[in-house]
Amino acid sequence: MGIFTVLGRYVLLLYKVFSKPEKMKIYARQTVVEIENLGLNSIGIVIIISIFIGAVITLQTRYNLENSWIPLYLIGLTARDTILLEFSSTMVGLILAGKVGSNIASEIGHMRITEQIDALEMMGINSASYLILPKIVAAVIFNPLLTIISMIVGIFGGWLAAIITGAVSSADYIYGIQYWFEPFYVTYALVKTVVYAFIITSVSAFYGYYVKGGALEVGRCSTKGVVYSSILILLFDVILTQLMLS
Amino acid sequence: MISVANIYKLFGKETVLKDISVTFDQGKSNLIIGRSGSGKTVLLKSIVGLHDVDRGAIYFDNRNFLEMSDKQKQELRKEMGMLFQGTALFDSLTVEENIIFPLQMFTDMTYDEKIERVNTCLKMVNLEKVNHLYPAELSGGMKKRVGIARAIVQSPKYLFCDEPNSGLDPITALVIDKLISDITHELNITTIVNTHDMNSVMEIGEKVVFIHEGIKCWEGTKDEILNSDDKYLNNFVFASNLAKKIKKMK
Repeated sequence: MGIFTVLGRYVLLLYKVFSKPEKMKIYARQTVVEIENLGLNSIGIVIIISIFIGAVITLQTRYNLENSWIPLYLIGLTARDTILLEFSSTMVGLILAGKVGSNIASEIGHMRITEQIDALEMMGINSASYLILPKIVAAVIFNPLLTIISMIVGIFGGWLAAIITGAVSSADYIYGIQYWFEPFYVTYALVKTVVYAFIITSVSAFYGYYVKGGALEVGRCSTKGVVYSSILILLFDVILTQLMLS
Repeated sequence: MISVANIYKLFGKETVLKDISVTFDQGKSNLIIGRSGSGKTVLLKSIVGLHDVDRGAIYFDNRNFLEMSDKQKQELRKEMGMLFQGTALFDSLTVEENIIFPLQMFTDMTYDEKIERVNTCLKMVNLEKVNHLYPAELSGGMKKRVGIARAIVQSPKYLFCDEPNSGLDPITALVIDKLISDITHELNITTIVNTHDMNSVMEIGEKVVFIHEGIKCWEGTKDEILNSDDKYLNNFVFASNLAKKIKKMK
């Protein structure tokens, strides 16, 4: 399939996804279920990764600041800005593309090959909207919360590494994370997160929805969903950075 | 009543359905028979709109299905019920949740009314005390029955069954056939059943349409089928040595 065919089918699918739901109450209930499946179940992995990456950023920054005339509070500042600007939005986005994206693609792909999507259509239900819209809404609502959790835990992980290893004093680190704080960085990270949430859910769902064949093809569509979501996340990272920070 | 007029269906350059015209009667079990790969499932899925046909017309009681908008088709589908070959039950939902699903989506019934309707449908397919089981906990025959219960829960005017006997032993297959036939007569609906099982044909085939390589070769009743001159139909009906011997004895 050519790129324009894929793009056209993706746009047509989104048109179906965003058409008026049959019964708002059912969709709202489904969105809550998806918040649990896609969001709450991802908190653990986000916390674990954020705490370790926060620690590594702090230690690596200390390792690179050997000159005694550079103030050590810059380690806290560097850790904070790296986490706010890039890690908690983009890196967590890439991790979620792997975890949530593959989950969505394989779930919808399985429903396609076992005719469950046909069964929904035969009931008179807009299957694309029923299956995909709650996932998009859930991710767009909940992923910013994951990003905020990641920011807090990441900075805490950096502080923990600092005091355990003695790389920098607690006072210097805390002064650094408060120094020259730019609240817009948080807005920038949250805007990116919302865009990534949409990309992860819609692209993975697209590959699952149009899968043909059997179990092998479901596996392939899951991989495709993750790979293309990740590429698009990186592409939009560049675009949004140029738009919002330049 | 469902009428199909001169429909063609192509997959790429291959023509899978060629100029098929047939009428399926209300209150009867209409069977589409043919060898595997003959185009039965494509015909059934084309009739319900899961495949887009390339040419022709499909009428549901004089309503032209192919000229309808997506929204109108969606509305018409609420009058249809379908039993899929693999049952297509939602595996994350219990039997009760599977059957209640269309009611929750399209009706304003109270919870108690919905449960009552679910239990009525389960009783019609001779299943009880399975409400809280998951599809994975059911046998093949039970899954088919739940599939039928889900298909009839909205009191459809049209019922479609794709290979309802596939994977079932001959006795369970007969039970399912009888169930489909009874429901058809009781609710006076138009039922179309896809099958290659000759037992089904002889049990419930009030109207039989034979498809060979995408072409309608023959139509008639189960009583006429044994005396047909059609070469392809005879090859299909009398495929086994036992059937051939019986035909010679006749």
